[in-house]
Amino acid sequence: MTTIVLLAVTGLGLAALYFLAASGLTLVFGLADVLNLAHGLLVSVGAYTAWVTATSLGGSHPSTRDIAIAVVAGTAAGALAATVVEVTMIRPLYQRTFEQILITVGLSLAGVALLQIVWGTQPLTFPKPAWTATVSTIAGMAVPNHSLILIAAAATVLIGLTLFLRHTRIGLIVRAGVQDREMVIALGVNVRTAFTVVFAIGGAAAALGGALGGIYFGAIDPSQGAALLIFAIGVVIIGGKGSITGTAVAATVVGLLQQFVNYYAAAGAGDLCVIALLAAVVLVRPQGLAGGKTA
Amino acid sequence: MTGSLLQVRGLSVRAGSLQLLHGISFDVAGHGTTVILGRDGAGKTTTLRAILGQLRSSGSVCFAGQEVANMPTHALVRMGIGYVPEDRRVFPDLTVAENLRLAERDRPDYDRVYTLFPDLAQRGKQRAGTLSGGQQQMVSLARALLNDNRLLVIDEPTKGLSPAVVTTVTAALAAVARTVPVLLVEQNLQVVSELAHGAVVVNAGRLAWTGNTRALLHDAQLTRTLLGVAARRP
Amino acid sequence: MKSLLHRAWPVAVAAVLAILPFSAVDIPVLFDGPFAQPGTLQLLAMCLIFAGVVQSYDLQFGRTGLMSFGHALYFAAGAYPTCVLVRAGWPLWQAAAAALCAGTLLAVVLGAIALHTDGIGFAMVTLAFAQAGTLTITLNPAGLTGGDEGLVLNGPGLPAWLTGVTNTANLYWLALAYVCAAVAVVWLLMASPAGRIITGVRDDTRRVSVLGLNSYVVKLSVFTLSGVLAAAGGIVYVLTTGGVSPHVASTAFTLTLLVMVVIGGPGTRWGPVLGAVVYTYLDQRLTAVSGAVSVSPGTPGWLAGLLSQPLLLLGIVFILLVYFAPGGLSALRPRKSFGRTDTTPPGDFQKARRRVAKLRR
Repeated sequence: MTTIVLLAVTGLGLAALYFLAASGLTLVFGLADVLNLAHGLLVSVGAYTAWVTATSLGGSHPSTRDIAIAVVAGTAAGALAATVVEVTMIRPLYQRTFEQILITVGLSLAGVALLQIVWGTQPLTFPKPAWTATVSTIAGMAVPNHSLILIAAAATVLIGLTLFLRHTRIGLIVRAGVQDREMVIALGVNVRTAFTVVFAIGGAAAALGGALGGIYFGAIDPSQGAALLIFAIGVVIIGGKGSITGTAVAATVVGLLQQFVNYYAAAGAGDLCVIALLAAVVLVRPQGLAGGKTA
Repeated sequence: MTGSLLQVRGLSVRAGSLQLLHGISFDVAGHGTTVILGRDGAGKTTTLRAILGQLRSSGSVCFAGQEVANMPTHALVRMGIGYVPEDRRVFPDLTVAENLRLAERDRPDYDRVYTLFPDLAQRGKQRAGTLSGGQQQMVSLARALLNDNRLLVIDEPTKGLSPAVVTTVTAALAAVARTVPVLLVEQNLQVVSELAHGAVVVNAGRLAWTGNTRALLHDAQLTRTLLGVAARRP
Repeated sequence: MKSLLHRAWPVAVAAVLAILPFSAVDIPVLFDGPFAQPGTLQLLAMCLIFAGVVQSYDLQFGRTGLMSFGHALYFAAGAYPTCVLVRAGWPLWQAAAAALCAGTLLAVVLGAIALHTDGIGFAMVTLAFAQAGTLTITLNPAGLTGGDEGLVLNGPGLPAWLTGVTNTANLYWLALAYVCAAVAVVWLLMASPAGRIITGVRDDTRRVSVLGLNSYVVKLSVFTLSGVLAAAGGIVYVLTTGGVSPHVASTAFTLTLLVMVVIGGPGTRWGPVLGAVVYTYLDQRLTAVSGAVSVSPGTPGWLAGLLSQPLLLLGIVFILLVYFAPGGLSALRPRKSFGRTDTTPPGDFQKARRRVAKLRR
């Protein structure tokens, strides 16, 4: 029983990480048909900024306040990086989806190389307060704190994004744009602004995932973002293009499936199961679970 | 032609190896309704989409004295164009109110819209995808009428609607056309004869005829050669 | 006369390349030693192998309008089984044949699933499938794939004329034969009536469907053929490098293929080959130069670092190319040259974009 709870909580922690990485990806994809391959790099921007901030503030044993500042700094850096990339590199190629994707390809390759030059190819131990490595007892069950942090963060982002999509004009534009972008433009709406905002929000969420992922995994390395991106892409396909709710559901399914199968079958089998699930979804329901609904 | 609001000169559109429009020229008057007629696939919708900048084109499009060819669609629309596309294209997962809210520009006039389509006022919270075809057409028209436009571009508003709804939509359009010039694509000649003054006939991507709608529809021979149908005597 | 030159040109290039191992010509700076030297031949062989693989990638990408992010999987499907089976004692030709079959089967099955999506969805699904390949390889099932370490190619079934530094010229010729075969297959296919259908699928899927042709079948055929050519490249690669590592199955590997195509000019006659050769050369040379630079005293650390990760420079150059030289290198050459383009205009990016936009719908 305790094993199952433990697996469920760590699985949900993983799901939370996938959700954070996938939410921006799915909105950008839904709104502009751009698959942002540099999205994994934004995860790394969050992780490395948080690492640098935490290390300079508290060495290898930062306080809770230090790590909180580090996570905020990482998230802000992600949002900033995403905005800069969008405004300087993606926007000039407006509506040229193909070249936009190529730009993100170039960025992802060059970015990882840059990380390797600056911080080396080896994993860096992520500094964190001791309590993040321990467990909390909830209803008599011991659950790891690092998973709880991720779950709380993802839940907050999910609620925030849903409110944003439902109650702001840009959110309205995004929801409509996922369904029929050309018609949104034909109503006189400049979708570029919405796109920049979505890009920045997605970058912030991904970077938050990167920073918290450092706490969750205990270490960061230059290829982590790309590895996470692949599962995030899986989540986007399963969840359905442009759907935040679908992304949340798909991330939960993927995280739990991966964790349980990896434990009960064989290490690595869970990852393959996720891709098998993805193939099944593509065959049975190519538009994904949500199929076009944004929030 | 004096007082024309929109001048199209030598408008051409290519899609890959296919030439869709071969240098079409016509004027849209500053009042009343101008209709584009032609058989299926003649290039009617293509013409509208090229004017709106949704398709890349060559040639000149002059709107209210300004050259607007290949201008970004949203910027052109903000100059005062209301667009009602073919097949309505409401956002099915948004509510009626949200569909309208998205179309809001500087000073949306909800009274005008709700006077014309009182039904929509009650259905604000309903998802547009669950509406009937006629109601969806009203949402689509309402999005264009919400703002003070200088031109309405309306593509086949009665397509696929029941006769009763066609009557409602036509009445609404007639009311609208009294205040705003309209560029209309319409297959239903009954509707055309009720609404349109000027007519532009396209055939295989070329301009085939341009002139007065009444003259066209009264000439059975001309109607048959241009449109392949016998005109109904009005 | 012109058409004769047009035809003779590729043959002349192949002939010049074929006699390079006998050449004592030494181009300083560009190469470490004369062409006949194993190090130089090895570098050239790598360039040729990638030229062939990139040609296979461009068959789907530039010619058919399918953007796959998982082409590495089929390359690995050639490389890994060959290596594993040779190590298990199989004769090389049997191992290679089995690997080709594996690559074909994989391409048919995964292509059949992935082609249920199109546009970006297709890119994402193929990426996920390739990831399954990487995972399987790193999991090292039954100790077969060597996990992260990869495998060294050795076994009794390996013919002597393909091993050892002294036989580098043979490997070079093998690589040359491979690239010639890959290029010939693509060129002849595109010149045939089938090529017109493929172009039709790329430019307008719906129109081909109207003609009564099932675009799904056309795409799956192209995807499979492309996968087989990549698998063949994987086999030659494993022989040339004497081993294989999980990197060849990774997304980054596919992305570099995409980069090579775009650098050269997608859907053009010489573009993919040119892009692959330029990219591979720079990649290999920069790494080699960085090794030499970092041991020499007085080199600033940042320079050594910069050179040790050629992808940083190549990535930046690539981004600049996308902005400033759309159409790739093959669009930059003077108009009056022998390297005339096919029916496709040289690297017409507008077209490529429209193609993607079309497939997206």
